Amino acid sequence: MATTEAALILAPQFDDAEQQHDSDSLGMWVFLVTEVMFFGGLFAAYAVYRYLDFPAFVAASRRLSVTLGAINTAVLLTSSLTMALAVRAVQLGRRRELVYLLLATISLGAVFLGIKAYEYYDDYLHHLIPGSRFAFDGPFPARVEMFFVLYFFMTGLHAFHLIVGIIMVGIITFLAWRRRSVVQGTTQVELVGLYWHFIDLVWIFLYPMLYLVDIHR
Amino acid sequence: MTLVREPVTAHEDYLDAGYSLKSWLLTTDHKRIGLLYMASITFFFFVGGAAATIMRLELMTPRGDVLYTPDSYNRLFTLHGVIMVWFFLIPSIPAVLGNFLLPIMIGARDLAFPRLNLLSWYIYIVGGLLVLGVLIFGGVDTGWTFYVPFSSMFSNTNVIGAAVGVFIVGFSSILTGLNFIVTTHTMRCEGMTWERLPLFVWSMYATSLILVLATPVLAITLALLAAERIWGVGIFDPKLGGDPVLFQHLFWFYSHPAVYVMILPGFGVISEIVPCFSRRTIFGYKFMAGALLTIALVGFVVWGHHMFVSGQSMYAGMVFSLLSFIVAIPSGIKVFNWTATLYKGSIRFDTPMLYALGFIGLFTIGGLTGLVLASLGVNPHVHDTYFVVAHFHYIMVGGMVMAYLGGIHFWWPKLSGRMYPELWGKLAALTVFIGFNLTFFPQFVLGYLGMPRRVYEYAPEFQVLNVMSTAGASILAVGYVLPLAYLLLSLRYGSRATANPWRATGLEWQTESPPPTENFVEPPVVIEGPYAYSPEAAEEADHGHH
Ligand SMILES: [Cu+2]
Repeated sequence: MATTEAALILAPQFDDAEQQHDSDSLGMWVFLVTEVMFFGGLFAAYAVYRYLDFPAFVAASRRLSVTLGAINTAVLLTSSLTMALAVRAVQLGRRRELVYLLLATISLGAVFLGIKAYEYYDDYLHHLIPGSRFAFDGPFPARVEMFFVLYFFMTGLHAFHLIVGIIMVGIITFLAWRRRSVVQGTTQVELVGLYWHFIDLVWIFLYPMLYLVDIHR
Repeated sequence: MTLVREPVTAHEDYLDAGYSLKSWLLTTDHKRIGLLYMASITFFFFVGGAAATIMRLELMTPRGDVLYTPDSYNRLFTLHGVIMVWFFLIPSIPAVLGNFLLPIMIGARDLAFPRLNLLSWYIYIVGGLLVLGVLIFGGVDTGWTFYVPFSSMFSNTNVIGAAVGVFIVGFSSILTGLNFIVTTHTMRCEGMTWERLPLFVWSMYATSLILVLATPVLAITLALLAAERIWGVGIFDPKLGGDPVLFQHLFWFYSHPAVYVMILPGFGVISEIVPCFSRRTIFGYKFMAGALLTIALVGFVVWGHHMFVSGQSMYAGMVFSLLSFIVAIPSGIKVFNWTATLYKGSIRFDTPMLYALGFIGLFTIGGLTGLVLASLGVNPHVHDTYFVVAHFHYIMVGGMVMAYLGGIHFWWPKLSGRMYPELWGKLAALTVFIGFNLTFFPQFVLGYLGMPRRVYEYAPEFQVLNVMSTAGASILAVGYVLPLAYLLLSLRYGSRATANPWRATGLEWQTESPPPTENFVEPPVVIEGPYAYSPEAAEEADHGHH
C-alpha cells in the first residue's frame, strides 16, 4: 500500500475514517468542557468579589481603556469569521483560499496580542500590576489590587490560550501550504477552528466583565 | 480517497512485544501503560504508607516522643495525605485497571488517543517527582487541604512547590478522563450497546466525567493560592479583604467529587467480581449504571457539607446537608443490589470475592458514618476529630484499596498470564481486613470522645484506643506487603493462567491471557448483556468436576 497524496492516515486503533473523525472531534469538545470549568473557577471568584467589592471594581474598571477593549473585541470577532471561512474552504477543498484565510486569522490574533501588550505596558507605567510596586490613589486600594489580580489572571490566561491557538493555526497553515491536497487536514482545521471560537467566546465574556463594570452610569 | 493503515504487528502477547526499556517507556499500548501506572502508584502507596507508619508510631504514646517537633508531624500527615490522594487513590483503579481493561471490555484495540495516554503517564511522573521532592526535602505543613490563609500567608514551608506538583498531576487526570469518555463513546465493537457495557466501564465513564469537570477547578484554585502567596494580595486572606471561605468553596467543589473518583471505580470492580463468584447476573443492572451517573452528578452539589462550621450561611448548610443525604440513596441502591446478587447465588470464596465482601461491609460503615457527619446537629460535635478520619478511611482504604486489591487479584491472570497463590491471597485478604478494622474502628470512638485530628500529642485517656489503632496498622502493613511479595514471585513461579480461569463472562476473558497487543485476534461481536451467569450451570459444572 503506497501512500498517495490524497490518502487519509488512519491510526491503528481505529476501524475507519468516520470513527477517527468522531473520536477526534468528541475529544476536542470534551477538552473545551474542561476549559470552561477552568475559566469557570475564575468567573466564580470574579462574581463573588464583584458582589463584595462592587465600588472597588467600578473604580478599578475605569482605569481600563474601553476603546482599546472594544477594538480588540472587533479584531477577535473578525478572526473568528476568517477562521469559520477557513473551515468552509477546507471542506470545499480550496487550498489557496484556505492558506490565505488562515494567515488572516493569525494576523488578527497577533494584532489582538499587540494591543493587549500595549495595555499591559500602560498598566505597568501606572503601577497597576499587583505586587510591591502597586499603587492606586483612589478608594479601596487593596480591593482594586484584587481586581487587577483577577484582570491579569483572566486576560493572561486568555492570551496564553490565544498564543497556543496562533501556534496551532500556524502549524495547519504550514501543512496546508506544503501539501497539494487538503483532504488530510480537514479534521485538524475543523478542530483548531473550534478551539479558536472558544478563545473568542471567552473574550466576549471577559470584555464586559472587566471593562464595562461601570457602563450603566 | 484511499485508506492507509499504519502497520499492526501480528499476534503475540503484549508482554512479549518487546523487552527493552524503550519498548516500555515509549509504548502506546494501553495495557503496558496500565502496568507503568501500576508500578508507579505502588511506589507512591508505600511512600505514603511509610509516612502513616511513622505517624502511628508517634501516636502510640500521648507525649510527642518519636518525632522531635510537632512541626515534623504536620509535614508527615501532609505528605501522607497529598501522596495518597493524588498519587495513589485518584489514579489507582482508573489508571491501572481502567487503562488495561476499558478498551478490552468494549472490544477495542486501544484507547481513542494512545499517545495522549502515554503523555498522561509522563505528566503524572513529573508531578509526582516534584511533589515527592518538595515533601521530602523541606516538607509542607498545611495538610492536603491547603487551607488559607495559613497556606497562603503564614506557612513557612514550600506550599507553592506542592501546589505546582498537584496542579501538574491534575492534567494527567484530565487527559485520562478525556480519553476514557471518548473511547467509551466511539470505540465500542459491534453489538456493544450502552445497555451491554460492563458496570466497570460505566464506573470508568462516571469517574471520567468527574475528572474532566472538577479537576480544572482545583487547578485554578491552586493557581490563585499561589498568586496570593507570591504577590501578597488579598484573594483569600481576610486581613486584606479576601474571602477565605471562597477558597474552601472552590477547593471542595473539586475535592468532594474527587472523593467519588476515589470510590466509583471501586464500585465498578465489585460489580464485576460479585456476579462472577456468585454465578448470578447482577441484580438491577440499569439501576446500577444509573446510580453511578447519579452519584457522579449529584456529587457536584454537596461540597458544602465540609463547611458547616466555616461561616457558611445556615440555609446553605441545610441545603447541603439535605443534598448529602440524597446522594446516599444511589450508594444505598448499590449495596442493596450487590446483596441481592448474592442471594441464591452459588458463592465461591476466592481471594477477589473476599475483598469484594470486605468492601461491601466496610463501605457501608463508611457511608453510614458519612450521613452522621452530614447531619447539621452532629457535625459540630465530631468536626475535625478522629471520627472524620475514621469515616473517610473506611471509604478510601476499606473501600477503594480493598476494591483495588480485589481487582488486581481478579485480573492478575489476565494482566500477567500467571496465577497468584490462592492460599496466600486469602491469608493476605484476611490480614488486611482484620488490620484495617483494628486500625480504624477505634478512631471512630476516639473521635466521638473528642480527640481532634492532626495532633501530635493527646490526652492520656485516649492512649488505649490509640495503641489498638497502631497495633492494627502494623497488621495492615503486613497485609499490604504480602501481596506485593507473592504477586511479584508469581510472575516467575506462578502457574500459567488459562484465558478464562474464573469462567467469567466479560470480553476480556474471551481473549488470551495475557492478551495479544491488538487485544483480540478476531474482532469480537457482542450478542448479550455483560453478566450472563447461571448458578444452576455452575452447580452442575462443579458436580461434574468432582
Ligand atoms: Cu464531601
